[in-house]
Amino acid sequence: MSKLAENVSRIRSKNAGPFWITIDIFCGSTEVYKDVCKRLNNSEVADLLKIQGQDLKRFDIEKLNVIKFSFPRKIPQGDILDRDMHGAQMAVLLSEMNL
Amino acid sequence: MICSTVLVPSGVLGLGFDLKALENGLKRKPNIISIDGGSTDSGPHSLGSNTSKYSRAAIKSEWKILMQAREASNIPLLIGSCGTCGTDSMVDWMEEITIELAKELKQSIKIAKLYCEQDKNFIKMSFKNHKVLPLEPSLKLDIDIIQDMKHIVALAGAEQIQECIKTGADIILAGRATDTALISALPLMNGADPGGSWHGAKIAECGALCSNNPTSGVVLVEFDQTGFTVEAMSDKALCTIETVAAHMLYENADPFILFEPGGYMDVTNASYTIQEKGKVRVEGANWIKSDRYNVKLEGAKIVGYQSTLLVLLRDRHYVENSKTWIRNLSNFLESQIQEKMALDSSSYSLEFRLIGVNAVLGELETSSGNPVEVGVLCIVTSKTDTISTEIAKLINPFLLHYPLTDNEELPTFAFPYSPVHSDRGCVYEFALNHTLELNNPMEVFRIKISEV
Repeated sequence: MSKLAENVSRIRSKNAGPFWITIDIFCGSTEVYKDVCKRLNNSEVADLLKIQGQDLKRFDIEKLNVIKFSFPRKIPQGDILDRDMHGAQMAVLLSEMNL
Repeated sequence: MICSTVLVPSGVLGLGFDLKALENGLKRKPNIISIDGGSTDSGPHSLGSNTSKYSRAAIKSEWKILMQAREASNIPLLIGSCGTCGTDSMVDWMEEITIELAKELKQSIKIAKLYCEQDKNFIKMSFKNHKVLPLEPSLKLDIDIIQDMKHIVALAGAEQIQECIKTGADIILAGRATDTALISALPLMNGADPGGSWHGAKIAECGALCSNNPTSGVVLVEFDQTGFTVEAMSDKALCTIETVAAHMLYENADPFILFEPGGYMDVTNASYTIQEKGKVRVEGANWIKSDRYNVKLEGAKIVGYQSTLLVLLRDRHYVENSKTWIRNLSNFLESQIQEKMALDSSSYSLEFRLIGVNAVLGELETSSGNPVEVGVLCIVTSKTDTISTEIAKLINPFLLHYPLTDNEELPTFAFPYSPVHSDRGCVYEFALNHTLELNNPMEVFRIKISEV
């Protein structure tokens, strides 16, 4: 078993407006993309983010060898309980998840 | 045939750009210089407080360079979302800077200002008439919430920017607008492919972020009847198929679709090719015009007044037991606040974040370490600044001395500065995730012309 970040070339996350966060996983090659697509399980990702499975949108973008996840923020950007105004640290959770 | 060439100096005014790259871009004889001046990305404070995120000095120094570039090239200079939030008074703030600079540079200019701020009564009426429509995820909205908003802006699209361009102004200062409309407006006016115009605008909206050297800032986009080509203007930056295509994903929940006033673009069938080194050719995006003309709304309202305190734990016993310490302290403080201030816990919020443990991810944190020290950030929010300051002062001695157990020596932790509490003033939240349906694009936007 290895961490997701050890398999792919880059993982980033960012707000997509104040109410959404989007995570981009750049696989770097078709081979890695196909492998990660198969092994990356949506319900595991939803559990990691502590969101309902139906709130997690996934896009497998073969042309770019990218897997993208988008989900509504449980806490909107800038809410008094928000811990990360830009949502850019959320990527770390996926980087460190076991694949 | 090229319909329009747009020079984008940077993703936002205030972030800086490479001067040599700007010079390279101007040599290519662009038809317009377009730059963004704002975003919601830094949080609701700018819109709530009606202030710019960036310093006036940074804005003025960069704007001066762009005003000189405009004069030398004799092309329009356009900025949108003035002063971060794009309210009316931030457009006026930008005009004040522009007039100051025009005098310093001895320039005679015609300025067009686009105002995008919305009257609360009009929004209330539109809400009653079902013209204010929710986006996903939907936020609760009613007349009282609209009344509570400090500022509401509508995001202008290409149509409103085009109206400004048609005035023949040298400088256009637009209130809140979509990042893309600032770039797509001119090519759309000049007959470029609509899908390509919006797609090229999305790719260039953050400047050189679509290249391998984001901080160089400057990109040039040439729009024509079948698509666009984009290239970075710095000698040290290159656009590649990967960097360009990847930008479509950036800050975008859907990698193929982007909604704009009056329709949406779909890049599912877009193709990317290298035309020559560093120059990426893109074709195949579609623009789907909608039956109705909707603009996005942004609004901010006050949630309360905040004071914060920071204490640092270095003692190993406390570092190792910081979560327990915070739990005990929190319960104790709640009773103290109830007893001494007669405030129940529903009338204020008191939150502790353990820096070094899980301050960033909170309950989502999956890793644990063995930190040398732990910072405890204590955030107090209540209805008034007086109450928040009082709570912070009440907390102060316990944050300094609260013991883990009853029978141990009284600890004293590290306060990093005096006074310990910081009054952060008013805090805001985004209170709209809605669109507004218009009868015509200019219905809620106003243009004013001035000359200096």
